Amino acid sequence: MPNLLLRHGRIIDPANRRDETADLAIVDGRIAAMIPAGGVFEEIDCRGLVVAPGLIDLHVHFREPGQSAKETIATGARAAAAGGFTSVVCMPNTLPAVDTPSVVSWIREKAEREACVNVFTTGAITKGIAGEELAPIGSMARAGIVALTDDGHCVQNHELMRRALEYARMFQLPVLDHCQDYALVGKGVMHEGYWSTLLGLPGWPSAGEEMIVMRNILLAGLCETPIHCQHLSSGDSVRLIRDARARGIPISAEVCPHHIALSDDSLQGYDTNFKMNPPLRTRADIDALIQGIADGVVTILASDHAPHCAYEKEVEFDMAPFGIVGLETELGLFLDILVHKSRAIDLPRLIALLTIEPARLLRLDRGTLSPGAPADVTIIDPDLEWTVDAATFQSRSTNTPFHGRELKGRAVRTIVAGKTVWP
Amino acid sequence: MTGKLKSSQPSAVNWTRKDLIAIQDLSPEEITFVLDTAAAFKQVSAREIKKVPSLRGKTLVNFFVEPSTRTRTSFELAAFRLSADVVNISASTSSLSKGETLKDTALNLQALHADIIVLRHSSAGAPLFLSQRLAASVINAGDGAHEHPTQALLDLFTIRERLGRIAGLHVAIVGDILFSRVARSDIFALLKLGARVTLVGPSTLVPREFEKLGVHVTHDIDSILPEVDVVNLLRIQHERQRKEYFPSLGEYTAFFGLTRERAARLKPGALIMHPGPINRGVEIDSEIADSTRSVILDQVTNGLAVRMAVLYLCAGAASIEHAL
Repeated sequence: MPNLLLRHGRIIDPANRRDETADLAIVDGRIAAMIPAGGVFEEIDCRGLVVAPGLIDLHVHFREPGQSAKETIATGARAAAAGGFTSVVCMPNTLPAVDTPSVVSWIREKAEREACVNVFTTGAITKGIAGEELAPIGSMARAGIVALTDDGHCVQNHELMRRALEYARMFQLPVLDHCQDYALVGKGVMHEGYWSTLLGLPGWPSAGEEMIVMRNILLAGLCETPIHCQHLSSGDSVRLIRDARARGIPISAEVCPHHIALSDDSLQGYDTNFKMNPPLRTRADIDALIQGIADGVVTILASDHAPHCAYEKEVEFDMAPFGIVGLETELGLFLDILVHKSRAIDLPRLIALLTIEPARLLRLDRGTLSPGAPADVTIIDPDLEWTVDAATFQSRSTNTPFHGRELKGRAVRTIVAGKTVWP
Repeated sequence: MTGKLKSSQPSAVNWTRKDLIAIQDLSPEEITFVLDTAAAFKQVSAREIKKVPSLRGKTLVNFFVEPSTRTRTSFELAAFRLSADVVNISASTSSLSKGETLKDTALNLQALHADIIVLRHSSAGAPLFLSQRLAASVINAGDGAHEHPTQALLDLFTIRERLGRIAGLHVAIVGDILFSRVARSDIFALLKLGARVTLVGPSTLVPREFEKLGVHVTHDIDSILPEVDVVNLLRIQHERQRKEYFPSLGEYTAFFGLTRERAARLKPGALIMHPGPINRGVEIDSEIADSTRSVILDQVTNGLAVRMAVLYLCAGAASIEHAL
């Protein structure tokens, strides 16, 4: 593996408040403090490009074990690399679920062998993600999970959620939550509102998310233990979290690209590539989510990369599985919407939301360009205009609503521990 | 159509749709054109020989994933009167019960050279899904809570036949609007042809979102009855899963049922409609259902003519499309 010298790039390293045009040297897979005299380097011209810490996506579904027709750890990792991500965090709703240390070890060993990026895994809060009894949290912590979540499902029993929080604290394991009140949501498949009324599709009301966001705020306060709310979709969820954070409650939240790129009127053609959970909501929700990102209420951005086979999605709308692939469109959408179009945040803040912020939440030794850190680096052309083409995806699946969308900005090279993994 | 069907003069519309998926897709002119075509076909059913050769050699599949007797029979008879061959498939007799997807089942029907597929399905959007994947005509016979276009067309046909027009009339639709595909198709069709629409029912079953469609919503049936030209009562269901929407059928009848007292408040000449099957004594008083103001059985008769028109027009458009 050659040592790399990234020449004349705009180095943006939010963890170190660094934003300057300079050279960056990578020696033996780590960020070098200075350019060693007489060293031999492969030089990469980064003029006009941004040199950022490797991006982290803390919300992906890589489907192994059990559903490798949708995605594998290897193909998911390639999709991550193609999208500029050097680290990903897998959700535990596999088959079987990640609810024992042996599944944790299986994933970690497979990732070690086959993945071109760093693959971390979460563990389930409850056995079988059934929401009834605690999974072996301590044993999974020892096996190397980085967080707990029942993502895809939501613990409905508030007492059980409380005890999970208290128990997880012993292992310093962050708890992430997919916020969905089952009684309110019922069989909902799209945002409840004007369009669900018109289309005759069962509605998934915003209150179904907000109810659990509020529950989490109360439990985080009660237990004095942080909770991270996954994939916020509703504007009122942002307002609840803003108020709670102002009161010092340890609550945080993430937003996915599709929830700020598309609204519920996209469902008019009953295209199942627009079906996700939580659902696409209204223009007002989009504005509130973007406002939350701009004013620091939302501290993390993630994809909720959820691959499904074409044949699984090509069914009646209410029978189709929820979710879309996201890793290969994520950075482009965030750059396009947040930095270029709405100007809600600047480039350094966007990079922070995709690097040091998730690294801090999950206590990962990643997300910075500090000297000595593992040389995970993403080189970004923030102004490159490109068109999404699902046929070129590295992911095993192509279930995206963004095929054909024109975007501005993308990763042009992805480096993991000093090795170029994309292109 | 045969040369003997010239008494009505259909408005000049170039019908190009191979499918009928939703009233929302149709222009006011297209709706009127279907009604005019149906008027011509209605005469066929009154003849000694109730058959024309319009669809001779065509195969129609009644694909009813959700059970129905009335609509399926109506489509079946309509197809017979047009001389089409008809096959009936239900969810339990199809391979859907063996896990085959809707798409694969439909592709198999197409491989058997089905020309027209009439689909009833519990999932909103299912007919659109099929129409995008099949060369055959797809006719929506009701999809989830989305649309039931031929029901709306037969409702409009019946109103127009009795009252001579649609524009300017005030129509009340009463009952479970939230879960009703009939309500949606009726609302779209009536608004497109210039009627005023008022929705009446329990607040749990008539969400305010409907007002954005340009209709009026009320929960007071007594105030609205003297003003309307047509009252269309929807079937009320009170199965286990609906118990959170209203407490009992008795309370429903007390607040929204068309009792004799309420029927007496209607304008002279106002029509009473119901898509059926009716619950006597629940949404409508039994004697009122049988009264001269009730056009419930006319709706059934007209449904046949409307469905003949729809099959004739869509199959014709499909043939032209295919030939091109």
